[in-house]
Amino acid sequence: MMPRKMTPKRKRLWLVVGSVCVLGAAAALVLTALSDNIVFFYSPTQVAEKKPGPERRFRLGGLVEEGSVKKDGQEVRFTITDLQKTMPVVYRGLLPDLFREGQGVIAEGTLGADGTFLAREVLAKHDENYMPPEVAKALKESGRWQEGGGKK
Amino acid sequence: MATLHFLANPARFRRFSQRVLPALSAVTALALAVGLYLALVQSPPDYQQGETVRIMFVHVPSAWLAMAGYALLAALGAALLVWRHPLAALMARAAAPVGAVFAAVCLLTGALWGRPMWGTYWVWDARLTSMLLLFFLYLGHIALSRAYDDPERGDRAAAILALVGAINLPVIKFSVDWWNTLHQPASVMKLGGPSIHPAILTPLLVMALALLLLYVTLVLLRTETEIDRRRLDAAELAA
Repeated sequence: MMPRKMTPKRKRLWLVVGSVCVLGAAAALVLTALSDNIVFFYSPTQVAEKKPGPERRFRLGGLVEEGSVKKDGQEVRFTITDLQKTMPVVYRGLLPDLFREGQGVIAEGTLGADGTFLAREVLAKHDENYMPPEVAKALKESGRWQEGGGKK
Repeated sequence: MATLHFLANPARFRRFSQRVLPALSAVTALALAVGLYLALVQSPPDYQQGETVRIMFVHVPSAWLAMAGYALLAALGAALLVWRHPLAALMARAAAPVGAVFAAVCLLTGALWGRPMWGTYWVWDARLTSMLLLFFLYLGHIALSRAYDDPERGDRAAAILALVGAINLPVIKFSVDWWNTLHQPASVMKLGGPSIHPAILTPLLVMALALLLLYVTLVLLRTETEIDRRRLDAAELAA
């Protein structure tokens, strides 16, 4: 083909490639700038750094610490940990089926004056591993099980 | 590339698709039957989610196809804008509603799955929000391509939207890695191989293949219809 004949096509190609690159870069900049608002929850370590005020609602996420769940009627007390820092949580209401010790959870609420997180809602976060129950049992028996291993 | 060029001619494409569609439809039906049997009957429950995990066999392939379908729209958009491919615009018109339905199925099954497992139908985390945006981008594409009296102007506008919207695809895929979300990270397409046991992964992949075949069948059939419709419009104008 003659190179002259290719020109308009090539021009359009570069225009499309160029526009998509520029828009992609713009989107990347916006998302980077907003990344603090895009995160869905804060870990206990992040909360300790930020020290949100008593009026500020936010979400706290992490693992339910082993042996920390205490139920008293409708009130549940437990500790959320990111394996570095922990934070006590108090919650009244129904818990999702997957809620248990060692499970990843996200609680929404406010920070009380005594440093306890007053949760209004508790969601369970499951990991990306799927397996039949027998396999999970075998893994636990052989000691190759990592509770919360896949979670952030 | 040569075959793509060969099929760029709408009349030739139509003859090709008419020849393959009967066999393709039969294979699709068979694959769906096998996939549903494996997914709903044969596969074991999950260790922590129990029987609810079966929603995954529809939810995950729908998400993949919604995203792949949008990537196809973007590729067709580029083919139209750059190479003025005569078939690209017609196929984009045919493919957009099919992709939109898969996106809707992904969102709906996700909500039904989220309620028992997470404790909520919906949250505004990065993964769910970017997937909802994909659904709206599909609706925008469908509306824009039909917004002008001159269908070719609509095709051009929709092609630009498809290319711009494609930026959302990597955002959906990596949203679970870039930001913390309620949605768990990737299970299948990730470094280090899938973290799904083969007994659950196999039905998932068979269902993904079956729904991919369904997608291709529907898009081919709808593209044929678009070709016929464009021809009828042209004949009406000439009369």
